[in-house]
Amino acid sequence: MRERKRFSPWKDKDFMRMLAVTAFIFAAMSILRPQLFLRETNFTSMGYQIPELGFYSLAMMMVMITGGRDLSIVSIGNLCCIVAAYIMHGAVEQGISGPGAWVYILGGIAAALAVGAACGLINGLVVANFSVPPMLVTMATSSIFMGIGIILTEGKTVSKTPAEFTYFGNHTLLGLPYMLWLLILTILATALILNRTQFGFDVRMVGSNAKASHYTGINVNRVLVKAYLYSGVVCALCGLEILARTDTAKSDYALTYTFQAILCAVLGATNPNGGFAKVSCMVLSLAALQFLSSGFNMLRLGGYFKEFTWGLLLIVVLSLEYLSQELKRKQSLRELARRHQKKP
Amino acid sequence: MKNIVTIQDMYKSFFGVVAMDGMNFSINEGEIRCLVGENGCGKSTLIKMISGFYAPDEGSLTINGTPYKRITPAESIANGIQVIYQDFSLFPNMTIAENIMMYDTVAKKRPFIHWKAMRKRAVETLERIHFQIDPDLYVSELNVAQKQMVAICRAIVQEARLLIMDEPTTALTTKEVSKLFDVVAALKAHGVSVLFVSHKLDEVLEICDSITIMRNGKNVYDSQKGDKVLSKEEIIFYMTGKRFSNATYDFRDPGEAPLMEVEHYTMRGAFQDVSFSLRKGEILGITGLLGCGRGELAESLFGLIPADSGSIRINGREAGIFRKVDDALAHNIAYVPEDRLTEGLHLDQSIADNAVSRIIGRFAGRTGLLDIKGLSRQKEESLSSMSVAGMKPQNPAKSLSGGNQQKIVLIKWLASNPDILILNCPTVGVDIGAKNDIHGIVRSLASEKGVGVIVISDDIYEIMQLCNRVLVMKDGKISMETDVRNTTMEQLETYLASEEEGGAAS
Repeated sequence: MRERKRFSPWKDKDFMRMLAVTAFIFAAMSILRPQLFLRETNFTSMGYQIPELGFYSLAMMMVMITGGRDLSIVSIGNLCCIVAAYIMHGAVEQGISGPGAWVYILGGIAAALAVGAACGLINGLVVANFSVPPMLVTMATSSIFMGIGIILTEGKTVSKTPAEFTYFGNHTLLGLPYMLWLLILTILATALILNRTQFGFDVRMVGSNAKASHYTGINVNRVLVKAYLYSGVVCALCGLEILARTDTAKSDYALTYTFQAILCAVLGATNPNGGFAKVSCMVLSLAALQFLSSGFNMLRLGGYFKEFTWGLLLIVVLSLEYLSQELKRKQSLRELARRHQKKP
Repeated sequence: MKNIVTIQDMYKSFFGVVAMDGMNFSINEGEIRCLVGENGCGKSTLIKMISGFYAPDEGSLTINGTPYKRITPAESIANGIQVIYQDFSLFPNMTIAENIMMYDTVAKKRPFIHWKAMRKRAVETLERIHFQIDPDLYVSELNVAQKQMVAICRAIVQEARLLIMDEPTTALTTKEVSKLFDVVAALKAHGVSVLFVSHKLDEVLEICDSITIMRNGKNVYDSQKGDKVLSKEEIIFYMTGKRFSNATYDFRDPGEAPLMEVEHYTMRGAFQDVSFSLRKGEILGITGLLGCGRGELAESLFGLIPADSGSIRINGREAGIFRKVDDALAHNIAYVPEDRLTEGLHLDQSIADNAVSRIIGRFAGRTGLLDIKGLSRQKEESLSSMSVAGMKPQNPAKSLSGGNQQKIVLIKWLASNPDILILNCPTVGVDIGAKNDIHGIVRSLASEKGVGVIVISDDIYEIMQLCNRVLVMKDGKISMETDVRNTTMEQLETYLASEEEGGAAS
């Protein structure tokens, strides 16, 4: 951690590098397709697309700080989505609307959050108490959570929730979609948790060396459980977002988000070995990825290029990091040579 | 006399840190040269330069008369240079014979392995250094000394002309060390040169023909074969550039009830019936040979591994057995672990964060948010409590040298104002300058703040310099207890050595 007093994102090299990359992509797309990319409708449409990956990336990031991977995020999100859809659908089925529907809506939201929390708790307890790699644990629970979803829905799609709820998935407030506001609030809360709470401090410590944390008297298991709990709750938010926007719930919706979330987190300066993450960088990487995929759509290359360009972007950013380190090394060499020459 | 390796005016830096700053070095055929220096003075860099792992930024490297701009590991091996690292780099899942012949089998790139010939050559090599052992044993079953012999065999089977040994005696008993020295002498008789890198000055003085002393990335003293032998004090002076005193710790009993009383503490397979008491302001040393149970005792006193029976009394009050770390923390006990790299520090995290990691909870307000101002004041205060050279608080802890890292571990614990401080091998791999600093800090903690200190160490010099009372452990039991004023370093060493003889005979 840098000294908080002096912290400024403009001095942070990860942030500046990501900012440059994001600005470059933005500029390139604006120049290539100015009449499409720079239109207000494009920004609104990107605002609707960002939250899903945003929530999942936050969930993944928190687990990655502990040094683990949460492969169950999408399964948790879908399960929460299904549970909420069932409850909210009750209102539509009985023809209730207006204030009465809100009982169902709030019930659905509460249930989704509870399910997300429970799933996260299960992940956390298993990871903390059995010495099994988190990746294996969450791979297994992912299968279980998805299985529950399939059993509940019999593999079908659940749809039709009250219009009062889906309104928030398809309308804007002050020019930004409601769900983007929810994501922004979640991001701010996450930044606060990571930088201003004891949990945020402890989770970094545990991530960089669990044994030393134990020897320092940090309750490692409790920290791990909390991290997975956070992840589960954020996945539940994502499930709700999907439901509000698409008005459908499916047990196998958008499974590729798992790896995209890892990509986005790593791109946003989350250390895959644990111990470090920067929320500010992840926000930029979310924007960069969205600019890329929207931009490529407008270049009429279709959505097929999304995965390809995202992978490429990760490689580019990692190479930039390597090059900047190499540059620093060369500089220090020159410094040494200068010092050497000064000596008689 | 033929020259094997010569290095002139060598420079090397890593990420802005200068590791080698105008180093000169040479070693001849059949010479045993010792390389000494404090931690971080560039010894490992020098070894890695000769063995081809690092390329020098500047300077010339001449091996067997051929100048190299930079040498690759393969060329280095082809020139007969072999390095035995501290961990030996053996394959535990293979047999002794397979390990010895490893490079030979791999380098020849033949599609099939001639098992019989391979085993035969391995046996011949074992005989060459008079090492009697079954070559079909798996390396995972061997002890440290045996593993080292296997590593030596692996080196000589590749026609080693220069054998570089990095801290070869760290984990060996006195007896094993003398056996190692016999092997080294035999190698020398065959014309093999040995570069011996060590911290233990007594051993260095015993074995070497010549010595190179490094400080801050360059050689500050070189002797040649036949030169006058330096005294230990002079070597320390060259290594550190300072002179140190040798006064013992003067403990004055305040006459209060003991701080900590350990009664009949027992852990099956580790230690039995250990009883002792610790008073306020006392520094109690616990020593013993490798495997005597001192490490387990230290960890059980901090609740890391629970004892089976016995009890602990703190300030006269019964506290039972410590079953988890929280139990020990509840009685305000601090513990500096043996391995600061894996147990003591979060190496990647900043120095400042490491320093407050124990007491971060104190800065969490009612809202759960941290008091950032108070925290940064605490960081400043903690880090200024000891002199840590060249430290930037926001740099990762791994940027510090061993001694300074240990100071950060101490700072972390001292921030919590402990009543009892347990130090498990506090100065392993710490250079002499920092060692003296650390001893000074611990002494003033005990004498000024009345902290009760337990020092677990195999370093008799440390025990004598730091403690007022010492317990010697043998086979999990306390076999001797004495005031340091009633004993000398030599007596303690003799006592430990005699134990070893006895242990071997039984």
